[in-house]
Amino acid sequence: MTPQMKTTFLDFEQPIAELEQRIEELRYVQEDSAVDISQEIQRLTKKSQSLTKEIYAKLSPWQVAQVARHPQRPYLLDYLPMLFTHFEELHGDRHFADDASIVGGLARFNGQACMVIGHQKGRDTKEKILRNFGMPKPEGYRKALRLMNLAEKFGLPVFTFVDTPGAYPGIDAEERGQSEAIGRNLFAMARLRVPIIVTVIGEGGSGGALAIAVGDVVLMLQYATYSVISPEGCASILWRSQDKAPAAAEALGITAGRLKTLGLIDRVINEPLGGAHRDAQATGQSLRKALADVLRQLQDKKPKELVEERLERLMGYGKFKEGTGR
Amino acid sequence: MSWLQKLLPPKIQRSSGAARKTVPEGLWTKCPSCDAVLYSTDLERNLNVCPKCGYHERLGARERLDALLDAEGRFEIGEEVQPVDSLKFKDSRRYPERIAEAQAETGERDALVVMQGAIRSIGVVCAVFEFDFMGGSMGSVVGERFVRGVRTAIEEKLPFVCVSASGGARMQEGLLSLLQMAKTTAALADLDARRLPFISVLSDPTMGGVSASFAMLGDIVIAEPQALIGFAGPRVIEQTVRQKLPEGFQRAEFLLEKGAIDMIVDRRQLRERLAALLAMLQDLPVEQSS
Repeated sequence: MTPQMKTTFLDFEQPIAELEQRIEELRYVQEDSAVDISQEIQRLTKKSQSLTKEIYAKLSPWQVAQVARHPQRPYLLDYLPMLFTHFEELHGDRHFADDASIVGGLARFNGQACMVIGHQKGRDTKEKILRNFGMPKPEGYRKALRLMNLAEKFGLPVFTFVDTPGAYPGIDAEERGQSEAIGRNLFAMARLRVPIIVTVIGEGGSGGALAIAVGDVVLMLQYATYSVISPEGCASILWRSQDKAPAAAEALGITAGRLKTLGLIDRVINEPLGGAHRDAQATGQSLRKALADVLRQLQDKKPKELVEERLERLMGYGKFKEGTGR
Repeated sequence: MSWLQKLLPPKIQRSSGAARKTVPEGLWTKCPSCDAVLYSTDLERNLNVCPKCGYHERLGARERLDALLDAEGRFEIGEEVQPVDSLKFKDSRRYPERIAEAQAETGERDALVVMQGAIRSIGVVCAVFEFDFMGGSMGSVVGERFVRGVRTAIEEKLPFVCVSASGGARMQEGLLSLLQMAKTTAALADLDARRLPFISVLSDPTMGGVSASFAMLGDIVIAEPQALIGFAGPRVIEQTVRQKLPEGFQRAEFLLEKGAIDMIVDRRQLRERLAALLAMLQDLPVEQSS
């Protein structure tokens, strides 16, 4: 995303959009006017900010889902140069194809060699198609697995970035074993002998997300979502109507804050006012800081300790009661 | 129970639990595949496989365990693990209501029954999904029982067998249900490291979060004839790709052809075939008895 690109506003942001529009007009007028209206512009800008603050202070889960899918939301390749240096992209699963909906490769994080793996959506129509809207096929997951094994072999920490509506539900994906590919990754990640640091940066769509999201620490951007099923999918099954997606989003508990409370993620990384797309650089900075913290915590652990703690963590997922009798 | 039903021969011996039926009430059942009218008891004795056309109807978890395990020396694992409503989930109905209804309907507390026992004297831990319990969906209880089963297998140095029948993750438990995929699979990684066999049996249907976690990871993967197996449901795929799905798509035979599974086994032979495979994987001698 280019910084000078005009911000796209979501439905619930319309009051902000109107103010911004007005500010834009005044700026235009100011250029060829003798009257000084800069004070007015300043006043409106302040108002726009406080309005944004107000709206973002009480976003519903469904609105958060809209922000997570915002067309200008930064994707992995936007953050990558802010977080890493020396990125060398590695391609292909060595069996069938290179899946562009998952990007991966070697890089340096604060000088240290590491492996980067993440979903990548497309920005324009052509790229969206190339990236299959960020929905991987089995070859994407198998590429990710290959890179994880490579990282393990050379003792490199793995950073994964999650941003997908879900694994691709298509005929070819099924034919080539979508289920097996996802399951195999879960299996391998459970015992990979290097640190795995997971960050959900946009949409964490179900099994398609989880297939690169099993790790030692799971971070989430403030307006990212992570869910077992999309709100629309859930609504159409349980409410028999897609219009109930807002209710489903609420019920499913898909937001970073809620998941942190439930103990299912470790840390929420705050986004700039109005969402990551309003200031990608600032988001990248926060992200970088958080990743450095986490890597420091994990770096000195021995592989055995790392894997044992990860297993313990995975085994801890579950809420149930223990009773007797039937 | 009518006087006529009382005269019928007793059902296959149950290990525990309330009597329940997998066949619709009444004396006669129509095969959904060939329309043959069948004597219900015959169908049940034939493990819900139509004696005329071989169509495999769904089989309840306990009936399945009865059919697979030796009658002697079995006990249940993880029965004490029971569901809670951690999200206070409510759609058109509250999650606890749905649980209560499923419990009343099936006599089970959740959708997975795990037992330690033996298949033709070969010790084993066997987990079986109950599809009638909320579509065999995997939530915290299914995940925890599965893991306890695998742990027992590790402690007792036994192979682990799982018979799946599930629509996938249980939405009512939100992300927690998704994470059961990671949990169950991680337990299997531990089993794998100890070189204990895991055989996965896929029955109709094995979809979504169950197929995309442990179900396809068996050292040997077996499917029942015609079972629907896949990641995404056929309807979702049709809506996404906007084209007609090929004949037999996502059926066991299709998966075999694509190289996704090892074999298709008729339910009536499953016990013998499992025993033979488990014996070979553990380098045990050929069984003497038959």
